[in-house]
Amino acid sequence: MTLEPSSSTELTQFLSECGDRGREMLLPALLKAQKIHDFVPREAALEISQALQTPLSDIFGVIDFYSMLSAKPTAETVIRICTTPSCASQGSEELVTQICQHLGVDIGEATLDGKYIVEEVECLGLCDHAPGALVGKEMLGEATLETIFSPGGHPVSEIYGEERPLTSRIGKINPLSVREYQEAGGFNGIKRALEMSPEDVIQMIKDSGLTGRGGAGFPTGLKWESCAEVDRFPKYLVCNEDESEPGTFKDRALIEGDPFTILEGMMIAAYAVGIDKGYLYIRGEYTKSHEQLTKALQTAEEEGFLGDQILGSDFSFSVELRSGAGAYICGEETALFESIEGKRGFPRIKPPYPTAHGLFNQPTVINNVETLANVSLIMQIGTEAYRNYGCDRAPGPRLFSLSGNVSKPGIYEVTEEITLRDLIYDRAGGIPGDKKIKAVLLGGAAGKFVHPDQLDISLTVEDVRKVGLSLGSGAVVVFDQDVNMKFVLHGLGHFFAHESCGKCYPCQLGTQRQAEILDRNLHGRLLTGDVQRLQDVGWTMTDASLCGLGQTASLAVLSAVEHWPEIFNENGDSYE
Amino acid sequence: MSENGKVSLTIDGKVVEVERGTTIMEAAKRVDVSTPIICYHPATTSKGLCRQCVVEVEEWRTLAPACITEVTEDMVVTTDSERVIRARKTMLEMLNASVDLSQSPEIQEQMEDYSADPDRFPGAKKRDHDLLDDNPFYVRDYSQCVLCWRCVQVCGDDVQKDYALAVGGRGHDSTIATFYDAPMPDTTCVFCGNCVGVCPTNALQDKTEFLLDKGLQFHEIRARRREERRKKSREE
Amino acid sequence: MVDAQRSVRTTCPYCGVGCQLDLQVQEEHIYGVKAPFNVAPNYGRLCSKGRYGVDFVHHPSRLIYPLIRKDLETRPRKPVGLEGFRRASWEEALDLAAERLAEIVRKHGGDAVGTFCSAKATNEDNYLFQKFVRGVLGTNNVDHCARLCHAASVAGLQIAIGSSAMSNSIAEMKDLDTFMVVGSNTTEAHPVISTFMLDAVVKKGAKLIVVDPRGIQMTEFATHWLRQTPGTDVAVFQAMAQVIIEEELYDQEFITNRVEGFEEYAESVAGFTPEKAEEISGVPAEQIREAAILFGKANRAAIYWGMGISQSVHGTDNTLSIANLALLTGNLGKPGTGLNPLRGQNNVQGCSDSGGLPAVFPGYQSVADPDIRGKFEDYWGVKLNPEPGLTTMEMVDAAENGFIKAYYVMGENPMMSEPDLRHARHVMEQMDFVLYQDIFLNETGEYADVILPAGSFAEKRGTFTNSDRRVQLVRPAIPSPGEARADWAIIQDLASRVEEKLGREHSVGFAYETPAQIWDEMADLTPPFQGIDHDRIERESGVQWPSPTKDHPGTPYLFQDSFPSGKGKLTPLEYSPSAELPDEEYPFILSTGRVLYHWHGGTMTRRSKLDDIYPDPLVEIHPQDAENLKIEAGEWIKVRSRRGEITVKTLITQRSPAGTVFIPFHFVEAAANELTLDARDPRAKIPDYKVCAVAVEKAQP
Repeated sequence: MTLEPSSSTELTQFLSECGDRGREMLLPALLKAQKIHDFVPREAALEISQALQTPLSDIFGVIDFYSMLSAKPTAETVIRICTTPSCASQGSEELVTQICQHLGVDIGEATLDGKYIVEEVECLGLCDHAPGALVGKEMLGEATLETIFSPGGHPVSEIYGEERPLTSRIGKINPLSVREYQEAGGFNGIKRALEMSPEDVIQMIKDSGLTGRGGAGFPTGLKWESCAEVDRFPKYLVCNEDESEPGTFKDRALIEGDPFTILEGMMIAAYAVGIDKGYLYIRGEYTKSHEQLTKALQTAEEEGFLGDQILGSDFSFSVELRSGAGAYICGEETALFESIEGKRGFPRIKPPYPTAHGLFNQPTVINNVETLANVSLIMQIGTEAYRNYGCDRAPGPRLFSLSGNVSKPGIYEVTEEITLRDLIYDRAGGIPGDKKIKAVLLGGAAGKFVHPDQLDISLTVEDVRKVGLSLGSGAVVVFDQDVNMKFVLHGLGHFFAHESCGKCYPCQLGTQRQAEILDRNLHGRLLTGDVQRLQDVGWTMTDASLCGLGQTASLAVLSAVEHWPEIFNENGDSYE
Repeated sequence: MSENGKVSLTIDGKVVEVERGTTIMEAAKRVDVSTPIICYHPATTSKGLCRQCVVEVEEWRTLAPACITEVTEDMVVTTDSERVIRARKTMLEMLNASVDLSQSPEIQEQMEDYSADPDRFPGAKKRDHDLLDDNPFYVRDYSQCVLCWRCVQVCGDDVQKDYALAVGGRGHDSTIATFYDAPMPDTTCVFCGNCVGVCPTNALQDKTEFLLDKGLQFHEIRARRREERRKKSREE
Repeated sequence: MVDAQRSVRTTCPYCGVGCQLDLQVQEEHIYGVKAPFNVAPNYGRLCSKGRYGVDFVHHPSRLIYPLIRKDLETRPRKPVGLEGFRRASWEEALDLAAERLAEIVRKHGGDAVGTFCSAKATNEDNYLFQKFVRGVLGTNNVDHCARLCHAASVAGLQIAIGSSAMSNSIAEMKDLDTFMVVGSNTTEAHPVISTFMLDAVVKKGAKLIVVDPRGIQMTEFATHWLRQTPGTDVAVFQAMAQVIIEEELYDQEFITNRVEGFEEYAESVAGFTPEKAEEISGVPAEQIREAAILFGKANRAAIYWGMGISQSVHGTDNTLSIANLALLTGNLGKPGTGLNPLRGQNNVQGCSDSGGLPAVFPGYQSVADPDIRGKFEDYWGVKLNPEPGLTTMEMVDAAENGFIKAYYVMGENPMMSEPDLRHARHVMEQMDFVLYQDIFLNETGEYADVILPAGSFAEKRGTFTNSDRRVQLVRPAIPSPGEARADWAIIQDLASRVEEKLGREHSVGFAYETPAQIWDEMADLTPPFQGIDHDRIERESGVQWPSPTKDHPGTPYLFQDSFPSGKGKLTPLEYSPSAELPDEEYPFILSTGRVLYHWHGGTMTRRSKLDDIYPDPLVEIHPQDAENLKIEAGEWIKVRSRRGEITVKTLITQRSPAGTVFIPFHFVEAAANELTLDARDPRAKIPDYKVCAVAVEKAQP
């Protein structure tokens, strides 16, 4: 084997633009090669290795990790169909079968003319338009065999809410117009911040009571403060737009509908913490968001809202857009850092925490998209007005993504204390056909099932925690009485087995063992002792896994065992 | 922290005082408490993968890997609680379901210690791989690989800085890979064998040893080598 | 899994790192090698040679009984293979050897015998060897291959600081702050050491300056890579010194207290600017300046070098130019600083320590010093020759001129490693008597009259001293094949017989029962070894000399308070070009050196499974040159110099710069030293293996 690369002009051009940034540019370079060749040929990998000073084996390891990169030829157009719960409950698996039959191929097999390949993928954030698909670069809602081959009309989420302080501009203004953004109150937040000291900005965020909207619910002001206190530079700001939690699509709506508000939130955070470089990491499947942000960034730079000495102040800040390449785990903050650094998305052991040792091992603030939108809002309207929304235990507006068997799936901006029942019945119009609720999956795949008896819980971080639940990213997936829960569980099992990074044993092995047992359950072939096995596996993952993915990968399943033991029917067979 | 810069904690009811920065595993050794290990090796950077060394720390939500968790003042550690035992036992059972551990006596011993049932997970997917015999020095049988990463670590930053190996795949089906799965002589491998030296199972095995295991005599091994050489030079 | 019937801890027989090995033995066969993780110097790390290259001990071509040349008469003698020898008993072979040596000594005096001891043999073997040579044969003509590798380092360091050992230990490498690697392909020649050096770079962010014409692997980790034209090292270092002085980055306090000659030296480099160095070396002036500033500003900076510095007609100057940098900046006498020649052979340090040099007894005690000589004379009970002996190449010259009549060669292969082999062969043909003692028949042995089969490292007990002066044990793991015997036992029997034939009434003492007794005698006579004995090494795994008393812990780094020569000495230098430069007829520079999978003359590695991965002699040639000559990768080509020609297989690579070809010297079928030049450094007498002129052409089909 020769180790001399052969070059393609476009890739060479791209690599020369990378300068001496090295491995940090690996994922962008690989995505580039994948785009040019529909896969990453060995020769391209060699060229990338030399240009970015990255070991060959590591490059292969990275290609092999991300599902949107391939070391083997694929096809011109990849048809990706979501098969996670919301979409599966709307017939996405049948759709896959139809497409495959139509093309005469199996899943993962290219058509003879090299035009198409069909893949089952995890949540595309199109839950309110199920079944969702991604055909090449085009997102597609309510996909059918016909529309798959003539995609068009980017699906837009409905946003509901009596008052919509957080999403007020979405759908009302041209999302890429700075002028319209400003006319609607935009950039007042950063202007106000620049008139304050960074310490006062942090204090203001602390006073607002804002907690992170990505899932963990950590107080945002405290996070900033602890990063600001570290005396090590440079520091980084990362906006986590790797929205991959099944059932969640609110971040995508924010980015697509009001990108400047996210950039403004980033600017405020950067100013408050003393950061001059930000990264905005978008999951690879969110092609439209990527497009939207590329334009928004360019406009913001042109208009002097990003770059050196913003608005005539001493504050300089730039933002770099990064695309993921298909890995749920990269939503985990430390895995996301690894991904930006050009590595496999393996989560790191904590401590140390990102505020001291984050991206490139430097002090880092990482915030979710919705959190940053809230930051803009707080700075625009002030703490007092902000705290008028929500309740004392959970100040500020909050977005919920509703999907599954509800009459009006979409995004719900909630500005007051509300119960799960009211959210589903009063706001979202209840269950189609007046069916009964069988279960609600709260917080996405990493969340738990809510039993119909529990619908009266108040949807605040604190209240749900009291009954052992979590709001997570605000995903609410409703299942009616006709849904086959075994099927839903089987889907969840496969989701985690597919998305486990494989780093720690409990999750690497546990997600696989869990999926195997849930497979047996789906086919009515549960063995004696399987429920105990499921629980031992689940408890072990929860107790001993390295990161949040493994620690939550069995929560939904374990909650189902608790609520509905009857669906786990060991028929007493022993394994043959 | 104590005034002398030391940290005092309790492990299985025994009080121990250690230097700041000491891991729970090291602190436990001082009071003769041992924790089982698979991925840990003194020559590699601890990365807390196998979680066999997990212990229960009072007031912690999850179990802590002892190999990498640093002690803190007044920490109360239990190394043999029900949760700990369940986790260790279940992990061994799950591992045995995926990997051929027949030639890994140390892990077999742990299975016995924790009364792990080798057949706990019937019908489980095995990580099956063909034996790779592509160089004169060692063979690779990833069916026996527990993904401890030691080989990748010693090939990379921890020892050799050669970077011939990486982790490939994802999740359960992860594997140790070379660049586009090339045979070892076509990679940057320098055949230091340091990977073989740290492999906790027989996934990486000295070729001579492998052939002896198969029952070959020394002179037969030599003859076989000659044959392989001839074949290689013919191919060129 | 094979169960080791036994696992035997010993010291690696390859390079000077001295890795500790655990030989895995079953049915008297070493089937594997493991490395212990808890002992210095390697802490579980090995390279391909240590781990996979010890199988040579089982090779069927091992010498297993004494041999005597069938035709002892014909002159000039011809090299012959095994078919030219007949099997003999030990009795007969030793008698014949003793008789011939005694005869030559009687007729021509002891100085008519030239002897080569071995950097591969133990300290005990070598001590006994030189005791025999000095005490019985009555000559100081004893030398070994250190002459061919680090003699210039020794000569230069003796001038600068009065000591030539590596000043720091391997254990310090992982904590280096700034260091310079010069003329050392460390990852291939000292692989395990390189991993510790790179630990400092990769894990601690240490700054590495590499000065080397070849794009060796170390350059991939370097913050600065100065790629000089081969043979122009002095220019680069002189210019670095100039920058350091001009920028006032030197260590005034250190210079005041511990260095002499500063003023004169500063004056001598004043005009030697980086720009001037650029003209000579091709290294951009700015790079030289940056490297000098980095080195000058470092809190702690160490220098490591290899054959690229010493194997040169101006090897001593090269060494001095490096030593000047360390003395200027005060980078000596502290951990993580120092001057460190990386030793080649497993026991090249120990062989020199044990008196395997023409001018010194063990411990570098001068043979010319009457007090020291007196000490040895008293101990051995014999009058000793006060004249320093001849070096290896001087012995070749003396043989050519007829002064030397006999060679006794133990465990070396001068016929592969000497420069200008054609010349060396001619000399060999004229010898009266050649006694050869080794584990295989090599190119030198083919000229022998008597061959004595020796035991390998895996079959005997003794000590090796590694590159950082750590004395470590060698332990027997398997029995020797056939009738082969340990070197010390052979020397002892031979010596007694020669004494008998010479009619000596009093023996200088050859009645040892164990190698430990030999060590104890050497330690008795050598102050820095007096704290060390075999039992102590057994307990501590290794002891770094000097250790003058049993409770002295050993010495990880040298020169903390002073230099053996008192003050360090800065030496003004002048750049001089290489002895042979490319011209129209021979347009390429040839550089020789090592590759990872082979060793020295190939005697061991070519008989190991290592040869399976690197079976052919390769020449590295730059793609541009290959294109001009229309040479394809893998093609066999001819490389020719004024002295000889060889045929080698092409490896097209950018490692060597255009205009330079690189050939490893391990391959007998294409011995690089057919081409090299017998031009020597005037002080160290070391030959230049790194620069000569060659022509490259397609081989005739």
